Amino acid sequence: MRTTTPQQDFVRGIWNENPVLIQMLGLCPALAVTNTVANSLAMGLATFFVLTGSSLLVSTFKKFIPHEVRISTYILIIATFVTIADMSLEAIVPEVHKALGAFIALIVVNCMILGRQEAFSSKRSVGRSLLDAFGTGIGFIIAMLMMGTVREILGNGSFLGISLFGSNYEPWLVFVLPPGGFLTIAFILLAMNWIERKRKQRSEIRVWPEGVASEKAA
Amino acid sequence: MTDEGQQAGASAAGTPPVRKEVPPWRLMATLGAAGMMAGLLIVFVYVATEPTITAYKAEVLRQSISEVLKGPARFDTLYVYEGALTKQLPAGLAFEDLEQIYLGYAEDGQQIGFAIASAEPGFQDLIRLIFGYDVRTETLLGMKVLESKETPGLGDKIEKDMEFVGQFDGASAPLVGVNSRRATGSANEIDMITGVTISSRAIVRIINNSLERLGPMIEAYNGGGSR
Repeated sequence: MRTTTPQQDFVRGIWNENPVLIQMLGLCPALAVTNTVANSLAMGLATFFVLTGSSLLVSTFKKFIPHEVRISTYILIIATFVTIADMSLEAIVPEVHKALGAFIALIVVNCMILGRQEAFSSKRSVGRSLLDAFGTGIGFIIAMLMMGTVREILGNGSFLGISLFGSNYEPWLVFVLPPGGFLTIAFILLAMNWIERKRKQRSEIRVWPEGVASEKAA
Repeated sequence: MTDEGQQAGASAAGTPPVRKEVPPWRLMATLGAAGMMAGLLIVFVYVATEPTITAYKAEVLRQSISEVLKGPARFDTLYVYEGALTKQLPAGLAFEDLEQIYLGYAEDGQQIGFAIASAEPGFQDLIRLIFGYDVRTETLLGMKVLESKETPGLGDKIEKDMEFVGQFDGASAPLVGVNSRRATGSANEIDMITGVTISSRAIVRIINNSLERLGPMIEAYNGGGSR
């Protein structure tokens, strides 16, 4: 098993292996409920809670869970936390709960969460698993907020419900509708890949002249 | 870099550790114990959150009733039972078992009207709404959508477009949904929202259907000398 430092475990999920933007996991909620910033944030926090709770339990009890029934046990643990999140959201922020609808229950089948249990928490210590869950959860929240911000500003002319452009702004309606989710994630991925490629090109250019120089010297 | 997690997983799976045969009772015990823990946790959270959720729902309903009846001083809950309205809950039945409508009174004891909640399919899913109805003038007092999953930005105009919602105040029943260009200004016309025809029509249909169903009962109740 490759050894990683605690910092790597934490940071990895936030950017280099961002669940939504790089691993393309958890796209269903990322497309479905990111039409406003508030919904994105609530969904992100609920998923963060479920992921952290599940990682904690799975890494604590990993010795007692037989290999043959591990997936069922993970799903059971995840489903419990989802139900808790569902009830708590309904009690604390009923408006948001209403807006998210069925998608809270669907956190159970978010591959991102089961993936972290299977690939990480079932093998590592409790502390590392929590770091990994924090990182991945924060990465998910960041991705959700990126989507939500773009879609609410373009599609509704507001941020967190506060109108930004005054009454003359004609909302770009398609961005709060489902097609807008696909468009937004496509443009975010386009921008990210473009930046990544530029960065690679620049580092190549920086390396190349030295190589040429050494060749010439030889 | 990207698939570091997967690689770590793969390399661990690539060298399978010598695994002992696990007896079936352990598998069952594990799942049973996990299930029991999960159940206990959920029951605990349910008990903790349930009063807040119920109170919130009751509060929302109370506010909606007050909104569609234009601020009554008080209101009675009436139960639909065996084709008639009754103020007393029939013995042996819980109040959730029966359809309820609400009768609002003004400060001086005068009847304002009935608040009727009803649900029927819209474009996506059931639309649940509540409306106030004045029997004497046969006009609506107001309409409010309680629950809908209509398309955000389009179908949800049935609750967010105040111009549309405002039309129900004082509209006379039964309603007719019309295209705004063909409107004649008659009191029973409701202008459909352009592009939201199905959802707008659903609202008109829900109100008309529930009035058709409950109207006779309401008249019978009022004729029964309850005033």
